[in-house]
Amino acid sequence: MSNLTERFRAPQLQSALRWETGLAVVVILIFAIGSAASPDFLTGNNLFNLGLSNGEIAIMTLPMTLIIISGEIDLSVASILGMSSALLGFLWARGWPMPAIFVTVAVVGVAAGAVNGLLVTRLRLPSLAVTIGTLALYRGIATILLGPNTVSDFPTAYTNLGVNAVPFTGNDMTYSTLIFIVLAIVFGVVLHATPFGRSIYAMGASPEAAQFAGIRVKRIKTILFMVSGFICSLAGVLWTFRLNTAVQNNGLGLELSVVAIVLLAGVSIFGGKGSLIGVVLAVLAFAGIQNALLLTNFNQEATGIVTGALLLASVFLPNAGRWFRRLSHS
Amino acid sequence: MRAAILQNSPSQQAGRARQTGLAERVFRIRESGILVVLVVFVAVTTGVQPRFLDAANIQFVLVDTTTFALLALGETMVVISRNVDLSVGSVVGLSAYLSADLFASHPGIPIPVVFLAGLGIGLACGIANGIMVAAGRVPSLVVTLATLYIIRGLDILIVGGNEVDANQLPNAFLDIPKDTIGGIPDIAIAAAVVIAIGAYYLRTYRSGRDLYAIGSNPDAARLAGLPAGRRVFTAFAVSGAIAGLAGVLWAAQYGTINSTAGTGYELQVVSAVVVGGVAIFGGSGTATGAAIGALLLTTISSALYVLGISSFWDQAIWGFLLLLAIALDQTITERLTSALRKRRTRHE
Repeated sequence: MSNLTERFRAPQLQSALRWETGLAVVVILIFAIGSAASPDFLTGNNLFNLGLSNGEIAIMTLPMTLIIISGEIDLSVASILGMSSALLGFLWARGWPMPAIFVTVAVVGVAAGAVNGLLVTRLRLPSLAVTIGTLALYRGIATILLGPNTVSDFPTAYTNLGVNAVPFTGNDMTYSTLIFIVLAIVFGVVLHATPFGRSIYAMGASPEAAQFAGIRVKRIKTILFMVSGFICSLAGVLWTFRLNTAVQNNGLGLELSVVAIVLLAGVSIFGGKGSLIGVVLAVLAFAGIQNALLLTNFNQEATGIVTGALLLASVFLPNAGRWFRRLSHS
Repeated sequence: MRAAILQNSPSQQAGRARQTGLAERVFRIRESGILVVLVVFVAVTTGVQPRFLDAANIQFVLVDTTTFALLALGETMVVISRNVDLSVGSVVGLSAYLSADLFASHPGIPIPVVFLAGLGIGLACGIANGIMVAAGRVPSLVVTLATLYIIRGLDILIVGGNEVDANQLPNAFLDIPKDTIGGIPDIAIAAAVVIAIGAYYLRTYRSGRDLYAIGSNPDAARLAGLPAGRRVFTAFAVSGAIAGLAGVLWAAQYGTINSTAGTGYELQVVSAVVVGGVAIFGGSGTATGAAIGALLLTTISSALYVLGISSFWDQAIWGFLLLLAIALDQTITERLTSALRKRRTRHE
C-alpha cells in the first residue's frame, strides 16, 4: 500500500521536501533553544544584529545556489567581495564621486564573473580549479590595490546604510537583510518558475542531455558566473560600509561558509538538486546558531564545529534513509 | 594506465603499449615543463639580483618548501583518486599546537615522541575523513569542508586565547629547520626522500596504480574488482598523517603557535598540486610534479621579495600561474586524446 503511494509521488520532490522540513524543524529548534537560553535572543535588537553580521554571506549564497545546481562551483566569491571593497576604497581615496565608483565596482564584479564563466565554459576547465585560481588572483588584485593601507573616511550618509535600520521596520531590519529578502524572492522565482531556472536543473542533472535538448549550457553558465560576480561586488560594497573599512583582507575565507550553507540546504554538490527555500532555511540555521552561541559563553570562534557537524548531517542523513531502506528490504 | 587492467590479444597489447608510451612521454614533457619554468625563473631572477642564489636564500626557500611539498604529496594521492582533502590546513594547525604544547607541558619529552604524536593526531583526522568518504560514499569535498571547520573549531576550543611561544620549546627542536648538510637543510633532504618514496610507490606498486584507475573511472575500477573504498581510505589516512607531521615541522619553523596556525593552507596546497600537473578530477599526475609545483610557488614568492617587488603581488601572480597551468593541461590533454584516437584508427 505505502509502496504504491510512494511510487506515485515524484521521488525527487519527496526527498527534497523531507530535507527542507527537517531544516525547518532545526531552525525552529535553534530559535526555541536560543530564546530559552537567553531572553535577549528573540528581541528586535538581537535579530537586527543577526541580520547585520550575516547579511553579506546570506546574499552571496543565492548566486552560489544557482551555480552549484548547474553543476559548477564558484570559490572566488569572497575574493570578488574583497576586490570590490578594495576598489571602492582605492577609488574613494582618489577622490572619485560615489556614483561613478558604484558603477565601476559593479562592472568589475561582472567582469570578474565573466572571466570565471568564460574559462569554465569556453576552455572547458573544471570550475573547482578555475575558481581556486581566481580566488588567489582577485584577492591578489585587492592586495595590489590597497597594499597595507586602510581606507575608512567614507561619508556617513553611506556608512549609515551599513549599520542603520531600514525606515518603518521598527529598527529591526538592516538594509542587507532587506536586500537578501528581495533577492531571495527574485532568485526563487527565476529558479523555480521560469524556463531559465528549469534549464539550470537540467544541465546540473546531465549536461549532455541538456545540450541535446537545445539548452544553451555554456551561455547560461557564463551568465550565472556573471550574476555571481555582480552580487558579490554588491556584498563587497555593503561589507565596506558596514565596517566603514576598505582593507585588502575583507571577507577572507568566506567562500567556504557560503558553500557550506548551500550544501547544508540540501543542494547536491553534483548539481541538479536543491531548492531556494532550503537555502533560506539554511541561512537562518547558520545565522541562528552563530547568534545563539554568541549569547551563551561558548567560544564564538569555535562555532565552525556546529557548522561542520550540520554539513556532515546534510550528506549523511539522506544516505542514512537509503541505507535503512536497503536493510529493511533485505 | 587502464592497459594494466585489461587482457588483450598480443597485437592490441603492442598498440596499447605504444599509446601508453606516447601518453607517458607527454606527461613527462608536462613535468619537465614546470621544471623549465622553474629554471628560467631562477635564471632570470639571479641575472637581475645575484643575491637570489645565496646559500642563505636557497636554504630559506627549501625550508619554506618542505612542509608545503610534503602536504602536496598527501594531497596528490587524494586528488589522483578523484577526491580532495580540504582539511589539511586545520590538521596542520591542530597538530602544530598540540605537539608544541607537549614540550610546554612535559619539559624534557624526547623530540621523536613529539613527532610521533603529531603523526598520530594527523592520522586520526585522516582516518576519520577516509571512513566517511569511503564507507559513507559521500563527496569528499563536502566531508573535508566539514572536517576543516570541525578540526579548526576543536583547535580553537583547545587553544583558546593561549599560544605556545619559542621560549617554551627546546632549542634542539627549534634548530631542526636550521640544521644543514652541505648547505641543504636536513628537513628538505628528509622530505625529498619521503616524496621520492611516495612517487615510487604511486608509479610502481599495484595499490598505487589502483589510485590512478579509480581516479580515471571510479565505476570501471569497482567493476574491475579494485578495492576502491580501501584505496581511497588509505589515501586520506596518508594525507592526514603527513599533515600531522607537517604540523610538527610548522611548530619548529615558526616557534609561535596559536589557534590560527595553518589557516587557509588547504587552497595553497591544492594550488601547488594543480600547478604541478595533477588533474583536479583525478587519474593523472605525479608526486614529483606536485613537489616541483610547491617549489615553484615558494620560489616565486622569494624571487619577488629578492627583486624588491612588493610581496603584495604574490597572490595575484600565484592565481595567474594556476590558471595558466590548468589551461595548459587542458590543451595538452585534448591534443593527446585526439592524437591517440588518430593512432588507434590507423592501427585498425
